[in-house]
Amino acid sequence: MDHPPSAGLGLKPQHYEAAEAACANGLWFEVHPENYFVAGGPRLAWLGAIRSRHAVSLHGVGLSLAADADPDPAHLDRLAALAERIEPCMVSEHLAWSQWGGSYRPDLLPFPRTNQALLRIAANISRVQERLRRRILLENPAHYLRIDGHDWAEVDFLCELARRTGCGLLLDVNNVFVSAHNLGTSAEDYLDAFPVALIAEIHLAGHSVDLTPATPLLVDSHDAPVAGAVWALYERLITRIGPRPTLIERDDQIPDFDTLMTERAQSTALLDAAAQCATHAQPALA
Amino acid sequence: MSTPHDSSLGAFQDAFAMALLAPAPHAAESTALAALTRQPGFAIYRNTVLKGCIDALESNYPTVAQLVGVEWFRAAAAIHVRAALPVEPTLAHYGDGFEAFLAGFAPAASVPYLADIARLDRFWTEAHVARDEPSIMAADIACLQPELLAGTILRPHASARWAWFAQHPSFTIWQRSRDAACGDLSNLDWRAEGALIVRPALQVRWLALDAASHAFLETCAAGNPLAAAATAAFTADARADLSALFARLLEIGAFGLITIPDPTAKEDLP
Repeated sequence: MDHPPSAGLGLKPQHYEAAEAACANGLWFEVHPENYFVAGGPRLAWLGAIRSRHAVSLHGVGLSLAADADPDPAHLDRLAALAERIEPCMVSEHLAWSQWGGSYRPDLLPFPRTNQALLRIAANISRVQERLRRRILLENPAHYLRIDGHDWAEVDFLCELARRTGCGLLLDVNNVFVSAHNLGTSAEDYLDAFPVALIAEIHLAGHSVDLTPATPLLVDSHDAPVAGAVWALYERLITRIGPRPTLIERDDQIPDFDTLMTERAQSTALLDAAAQCATHAQPALA
Repeated sequence: MSTPHDSSLGAFQDAFAMALLAPAPHAAESTALAALTRQPGFAIYRNTVLKGCIDALESNYPTVAQLVGVEWFRAAAAIHVRAALPVEPTLAHYGDGFEAFLAGFAPAASVPYLADIARLDRFWTEAHVARDEPSIMAADIACLQPELLAGTILRPHASARWAWFAQHPSFTIWQRSRDAACGDLSNLDWRAEGALIVRPALQVRWLALDAASHAFLETCAAGNPLAAAATAAFTADARADLSALFARLLEIGAFGLITIPDPTAKEDLP
């Protein structure tokens, strides 16, 4: 943990032992805090053991910041307690909703980016940051639908939320690629417009192709290695902006730990190369 | 339950959430909603939500899935998911209504012990994520003055879950299905039995309970002293071997708190 976080991996229970033992400069792990909202037992014990050797980030999927409702106070309490226990290097959430009407849907659902949504989400982010007494990062989700009634482009919406709340941004390059394909937009344009100074973390993941529709859709399925096209976008991005902590997500069809470490090495090689380029637009924010 | 929202964001979420669980777009949808549900991308959200919930049930009820087969399990789980979405994002807690669902699910009637198996899977998960607590050891009991033993109260461990299955050898079926990948269910002794599942440290453990052990544990859990638990055990089975029964419960870590009577206090007489 003497090195700042460089490339990290999503932590899966089947890799607990290997993750604890792993030894690599700048290696860090990310977990969904909701999986650790438990009273006790092996999950928390493992997370504590891994945290004692590596940096850990909490990447939420259930706060439902984009729901037209206050964040669940019990959820916030559990998140604050876990953050106190784990002392994460970063805490992040998604620009999406999942809890509504007393139910939770395990997905990151879309909404029209209206002025009303902006006010609601800014208030929700502020409430979370006040409760946790720290800055959080907000991630761009994957898109599958063309929604009428947006008042804001997504990048502008994220920038405005960051300006109003002081939150940072987590840029998921795979989500940018998947969304650009599905909505018929340009991933390069999206990345070029993304505010460099606000990017505190980058996500990479694999996607799959849904061949059911006449025009196939890409799905942010996290069940495959990072695609070549996504690596290319990532390299182009960090060559321009400089290295950022980068996390490789894998949640399905999970290979052995060494395979994931090999994929991680691809990321660290690109990060090292990017660090050699002296002409970055902005330094990374801590 | 959700209440109708007037705001456009809330109204969007009401409509979107409703459409997610509908099997297909239907004629009564508003134009705005139909503009979404008729796009192929809507099915991605529908499938992701359903798959996430079914995956969680399969992970929380592995022995049920093994007994009925994954295909049958996932089809049944899909019906339950549509009726009972998770109420929180911690999916380890999802499925507390699944046992009752299986008990009333007509296609499961040919496997009459299936709801019992679901309860045991639930016990396992609850024990796995329960509060940590040291167990009372046999040594803690051995150092008690013998005259205090009868008045001592033992509270079951924070992770302990137990049940009595009056109809079927459900615990034996559960245990055999879990222990061996193939789950050899031949030569079952078709009788009532009980089970205790507990996690004294980081490993979930389990123990078959006979009628006397079950009565003993139930009486302890109700806050009664060991003398009363012993009486209950003998009432359940006059031939019970009390010291062996007690030793087995201590050995597996069934108790988490001990209250020793104060020897200086005057005994209350009725």
